[in-house]
Amino acid sequence: MTIRTEPMTVNVGPQHPSTHGVFRVRITFDGEDIVEVEPVLGYLHRGTEKLAEERNYVQIVTLTDRLDYTSSMINNQAYCLAVEQLLGIEPPPRAKYLRTLTAELQRIASHLIAVGFFVQELGAFGTPLMYTFRSRERILDLFEMLCGARITVSYMRPGGVFADAPDDFWPALDQFLNDFEGELAELEDLLLNNEILMVRTRGVSPLPPDVAINCSVSGPVLRASGVNWDWRKMAPYDAYDQVDFDVPIGSSGDNYDRFWVRVQEVRQSLRIVRQCIEQIEPGPARLELPLVLRAAPGAEAYGRVEASKGELGFFLVSDGGISPYRCKIRSPSLINLTITEHLLIGWKLADMIVSLGSVDINMGEVDR
Amino acid sequence: MYGLEMAKGLLVTLTNLMRKPFTVAYPEQRVRQHPRFRGEEFTWYEERCTGCASCAKYCPLGIIKIVTSPSETAPLQGDKYLLETFDIELQRCMFCGLCVEACPYDALFMGSGFEEGQYRRTDLVISIDRLRQADKNPSTWFRPQLESMDYRPGTSRPLGWRDVGREGWRWHQREKAGMRLQGRNAEDDA
Amino acid sequence: MNACVLNPHSILGGNHLFRFIYEGVGQMLPCWMAYVVAGAAIMLILINAVLLGAAIVSWGERRLLGRFQNRVGPNRWGPFGALQPIADLTKLLTKEDIVPYGADRIAFTIVPVLMVASLLVGAAVIPFAKDVALVDLNVGVLFILAVSSLTTIAIFTAGWASNNRYALFGAGRAVAVLLSYEVPVVLSVLGVVLVAGSMSLGDIVVAQAVPFFLVQPLAFFVFVAGMSAELNRTPFDVAEAESEIIAGYHTEYSGIKFALIQAAEFGGALVVSGLIATLFLAGWAGPVADWLGWLWFLIKTFIGIFLFVWIRSTYPRLRLDQIMAVCWKFLMPLSIINLIAVTLEVFFLRDAHGVLTTADLWIMAGINIVIAAVSIAVFGQLIRQQVRNSSQTAPASRLVVSGVSTIEVSQGQG
Repeated sequence: MTIRTEPMTVNVGPQHPSTHGVFRVRITFDGEDIVEVEPVLGYLHRGTEKLAEERNYVQIVTLTDRLDYTSSMINNQAYCLAVEQLLGIEPPPRAKYLRTLTAELQRIASHLIAVGFFVQELGAFGTPLMYTFRSRERILDLFEMLCGARITVSYMRPGGVFADAPDDFWPALDQFLNDFEGELAELEDLLLNNEILMVRTRGVSPLPPDVAINCSVSGPVLRASGVNWDWRKMAPYDAYDQVDFDVPIGSSGDNYDRFWVRVQEVRQSLRIVRQCIEQIEPGPARLELPLVLRAAPGAEAYGRVEASKGELGFFLVSDGGISPYRCKIRSPSLINLTITEHLLIGWKLADMIVSLGSVDINMGEVDR
Repeated sequence: MYGLEMAKGLLVTLTNLMRKPFTVAYPEQRVRQHPRFRGEEFTWYEERCTGCASCAKYCPLGIIKIVTSPSETAPLQGDKYLLETFDIELQRCMFCGLCVEACPYDALFMGSGFEEGQYRRTDLVISIDRLRQADKNPSTWFRPQLESMDYRPGTSRPLGWRDVGREGWRWHQREKAGMRLQGRNAEDDA
Repeated sequence: MNACVLNPHSILGGNHLFRFIYEGVGQMLPCWMAYVVAGAAIMLILINAVLLGAAIVSWGERRLLGRFQNRVGPNRWGPFGALQPIADLTKLLTKEDIVPYGADRIAFTIVPVLMVASLLVGAAVIPFAKDVALVDLNVGVLFILAVSSLTTIAIFTAGWASNNRYALFGAGRAVAVLLSYEVPVVLSVLGVVLVAGSMSLGDIVVAQAVPFFLVQPLAFFVFVAGMSAELNRTPFDVAEAESEIIAGYHTEYSGIKFALIQAAEFGGALVVSGLIATLFLAGWAGPVADWLGWLWFLIKTFIGIFLFVWIRSTYPRLRLDQIMAVCWKFLMPLSIINLIAVTLEVFFLRDAHGVLTTADLWIMAGINIVIAAVSIAVFGQLIRQQVRNSSQTAPASRLVVSGVSTIEVSQGQG
């Protein structure tokens, strides 16, 4: 006997507990298997690029905080690099180290969120998420010490960082690094080799390297597919040419690899932070620039960083005024979303959520 | 053996059961607030303010509204205006602190308090009277002179307008804030 | 004065509490009325005990889960937040009672009632202390398994009636999981019944001179795993997987209906823990003082709940097909092995009257613990290999490259 079945279209999001914000995807299911995927974007569009055209170069820093709100420091850094390129200035070395250090701390925080929510989406009832948030809280506390805010930091400025770190920052950072070793080891004990996690993620939604490159994917997702590509190595910015670190590479690009690469990157970021603490030397942390900056007419610049989610770039064009003529943001989350169909079709409903979580999108950045 | 890692996971959660919770019960307990914390309020020193509206111009959202008229004390020099309105629309403020960065006379500071919840949107606009009457617990955000004083908002006493200047700080010498302050001091002494 | 006397061997006569009320009230009222009054009183006690127990479990679980996650948990109302369930209930009672557009109103409404009812009926046969159960049925085990299956129907009705696709997903998953896990659960309970020689829960407790979790560790393992699936708890909580299908079958429920479903869920945890305590941890039998039976029972029930919360706090959830694989390829063979081993042991160890002595039970425990360790290891290995073969994992070599290097992509790998 055959039972007549028909595909069923389900609207996942924009209000869904685990689509990372207001991401909406219309999925056609055959039973629990996915046959068709259609992402629908734009629920969090705020017109950041247009807003940037009406603000001066320093004011835009505050807008970049709100792109990927889990890695504001790195957004600041990308934007400031672009402006510095546009103006042809170079920040003092201490500022470079401070930027590298805070960006790596932010990368740890961002990856902790990614890992925590990834396991949350696998169904662990909040426990790994709480443990990662416990560590992330410490990092946010350090940021508060540095710049008075935890999420929307606005710490960096074109020509450096807004101010040097306060004196009590360095002992607190040491304390955090010492404690975090234990917390990370605990997290790895809980997650890294957990059989249920392995069963759920190994071999699920693999992303071959050629597809990844063709889709112009970047960041941990690309590296999980086995492509050694990291802007911190390829085109070192700030103090990345001074520090020594490894790039974790996955092999098959499945969900587990993406998770694994993030956990390993946290370890590498710790290494970078430690080296920054050793190498940083006293000096000014900011170039003395006028409050309102002006670039030469017709100047163009593209500043890019390896953000926690991939290549984040700011393309600025100046017309000689106090604000950029055009500000184009190349946000990694949006471009990483182009592999959605490739990841989801043929897999099950339960895998869909996990695969989306493993790409680690952030809607603030996708919709801008 | 298969299942060993799962047992390890159980052990991890069990050790965490024994641990002290890392969260704090907010209204009774509070986490330590750092001096640079940008609170949801502003500290403003009328004595230091010239009404130049640098803050209003530098605000990325344009939420500071300033209305001035020439002051009687020094109308010709134009270094001091009488402030009629100084409204900060908190409901749109994103607390980036650029207004504080822009203030050349150290008249505007980020505040250190953050419990500014209101029932009506209009209540979220900080008026000039509220700014005048508020406790002066400025945040040390972008004010290195407060940090070198080892000032801690909340635990230290409220600061008066004479204590918060950026004496010896780089922009201060270039701008004319010092000159004006001397004038005010003489006035007060008389 | 014609005092009413109850035959201690009748169905309700075994219940001391019932007999006490019946004989007390029988002094003043006719016997049939005393019977009704005593019945109503004891039912009232049971319903309140179970629902209050559910409230306490809901608070305790959140509190315990909080501590597992290194946070505080509900602590705002009452000492240690113990009045939190009342606050929750008040909130839910004041919510609008929504029946979604297009839903089957009658089926939608009947579900919470059905769930709570099956829970209460199931709780009726569990002996809370020596001779204190609502009824000590001679087929108690069968009865409780039968009524707990009612939940399956309720869940499916909920998913179907809600007119919501997530609810439908949840219902489909729930039916698949619940029906499958009935089988190993029943088989594992069969081992217990074999050793105890009775289906009455009271007799099973009496038979546990050695607690059955030692005598039949395999059955204990399978029963706990199976029951956590029946209760929709991690790692088997696909039916209400909140990260995938919002809340599964009760996505559309709100207000008092949602409260009842939650009560059924937490009460289910309570009843199942009580069942585990009765079947495997020797129920109300304690080291000292039989009149403290209720305390031993509560402690053992708490152990069961703690176990569930502990597992819930630690593990991610399995996928539906993997859950089925665990059921049919792992738990099922284990329960069959247990059944065969227990049958053989009972056959060879029992004396002429078919009675097992305590020494016999200890011998069984020794043998069965070895069998359990070996078979769990063997079947664990087998299912691991199956999982490995089924997943399309590339070689697990990982390279961590230091320094700048060119892109290494072998073409045509996709």
